[in-house]
Amino acid sequence: MSTNVKKKSPYPVIHEQECKGCSRCIIDCPRGVLVMGTALNDRGYTYVTYTGEGCTGCANCYYTCPEPSAIEVYIPRREKEEE
Amino acid sequence: MVQEIENMRVYKRPESMHEVFERKGGAAPTATHYCPGCGHGVLHKLIGEAVDELGIQDRCVLISPVGCAVFAYYYFDFGNVQVAHGRAPACATGISRARDDAIVISYQGDGDLASIGLNETLQAANRGEKIAVFFVNNTVYGMTGGQMAPTTLIGEKTITCINGRTAEQAGYPLHMCEIINTLKAPVFIERISLSDSRHIKQARKAVKKALEIQRDKKGYAFIEVLAACPNNLKQDAQGAADYINEKMAKEYPVKNFRDESENAISVTRPKSDMSVEKLNEIFNTSDGTSEAVIDKDYKELQIKIAGFGGQGVLSLGIMIAKSGSAAGRFTSWYPSYGPEQRGGTANCSVIVSGDKIGSPIAYNPDILVCLNKPSLEKFAKDVKEGGVILYDSTIGDVNLPKNVKAYSIPAVEIAIEGGTQKAANTAMLGVIMKLGITRLSEKDFEDGIESGFAGKQKLIDINKKILKMGADWAEKNLL
Repeated sequence: MSTNVKKKSPYPVIHEQECKGCSRCIIDCPRGVLVMGTALNDRGYTYVTYTGEGCTGCANCYYTCPEPSAIEVYIPRREKEEE
Repeated sequence: MVQEIENMRVYKRPESMHEVFERKGGAAPTATHYCPGCGHGVLHKLIGEAVDELGIQDRCVLISPVGCAVFAYYYFDFGNVQVAHGRAPACATGISRARDDAIVISYQGDGDLASIGLNETLQAANRGEKIAVFFVNNTVYGMTGGQMAPTTLIGEKTITCINGRTAEQAGYPLHMCEIINTLKAPVFIERISLSDSRHIKQARKAVKKALEIQRDKKGYAFIEVLAACPNNLKQDAQGAADYINEKMAKEYPVKNFRDESENAISVTRPKSDMSVEKLNEIFNTSDGTSEAVIDKDYKELQIKIAGFGGQGVLSLGIMIAKSGSAAGRFTSWYPSYGPEQRGGTANCSVIVSGDKIGSPIAYNPDILVCLNKPSLEKFAKDVKEGGVILYDSTIGDVNLPKNVKAYSIPAVEIAIEGGTQKAANTAMLGVIMKLGITRLSEKDFEDGIESGFAGKQKLIDINKKILKMGADWAEKNLL
């Protein structure tokens, strides 16, 4: 997360405990940067992870995710980027 | 929703949804109870986002249904009423009318809205109730385990149509938007899809519009939501999206059916005056409880009056109750009768008391008045020991319980002599008055008749006359 802030590019934050592994975000990500992991979270689901690069901040994953708190999308402001 | 946090634009859980679902509790209080891939969560977020954006959280009342969304009240940080199956439109109507400023959101599934609740749905839509209805159509009963719904597609397999729905057996899928679009009152009707982000982003606008219409009190908005039930329909994420986009949307076109929001004017309802004063005026009564005086010496008196409908059974009860009210006693009158207006059996309980009344039913009457034989046979055994039974002498000989005082009264005869057979009940009242068994005064009874016949002077006169005739008969024959 902190490395992405430095880069000033958009990124998703996936709260792995909240993910139920339905895969809706994976098929809706236009850049294919979300992948299903193999590990299980505490609630027993495999969960989605961000490959770490390529997010455009379209927020498709946020909107298609049925869980209120599983995915957040952060988009740094441009003007701050230029500072 | 979109939030501005420091130097970031952030898409995250709407503010109007709880961070921790305290009402849900359990081992995962931050997760919904919905299955993976369920459409409900997606729609919940869109509703939450629209509520945030419109700044209406404090005005919102969600009506949660029976179905998977029965627990919707776990998630939203605003008012909620959980209702019986299909009854959301009735409850929503009540809240919307009782609290004019409330933004009422009726959230229902296809079984709830289109099957058991179809009538109420159409009536509420037809009245143009000031509510936003979100109708989640996933073509299947989810909570109960995947049975056929009114919206199940032809050929679609569910556990109650294992070879696929057929029109021959189960009719055709119901198109709710199209049906509601035949009604005049609705302001906004749209079908949206939650199949994928492209559709969800379109759906956002309709969800917000429906709530905007509520914010401005413009009337009825209906949103049908094509949603996934991947668990019951045995689909993966792609399968669910394809199913909605390719099959459901063919049967249920995703489009706006009506948008009168620009032209619609705010709904105003006539004010209801439910004040005690107004009700007293309407029913020509007085609020006995506020005028009644506690008098521990006046023990509760239970009176039962029975006969067939049309004999004045109920009105005799009212006259006694009114007499009790006139005397400053607590009184209740409780009728019981069949569906027919004349000829069936009827009875009523009257309680007159020096203190507040618990039950209005005279289970063991101190006084039983019977105007026909079946009533006497039915109720005589219930009379308290030492109680009084008055029955019309036309009933003839009957076996009566011991330990009660029973009087055969020629009430019908007295009434005929007084000019109207209809007033046999008043003749009975005169006897009751003279016997003194109610411990009410003669003036109380006269006041009772005046109040019972509400300003109809002719009736008051004749009934007062027959009251006196009854009393005179009692004085001559019983005292």
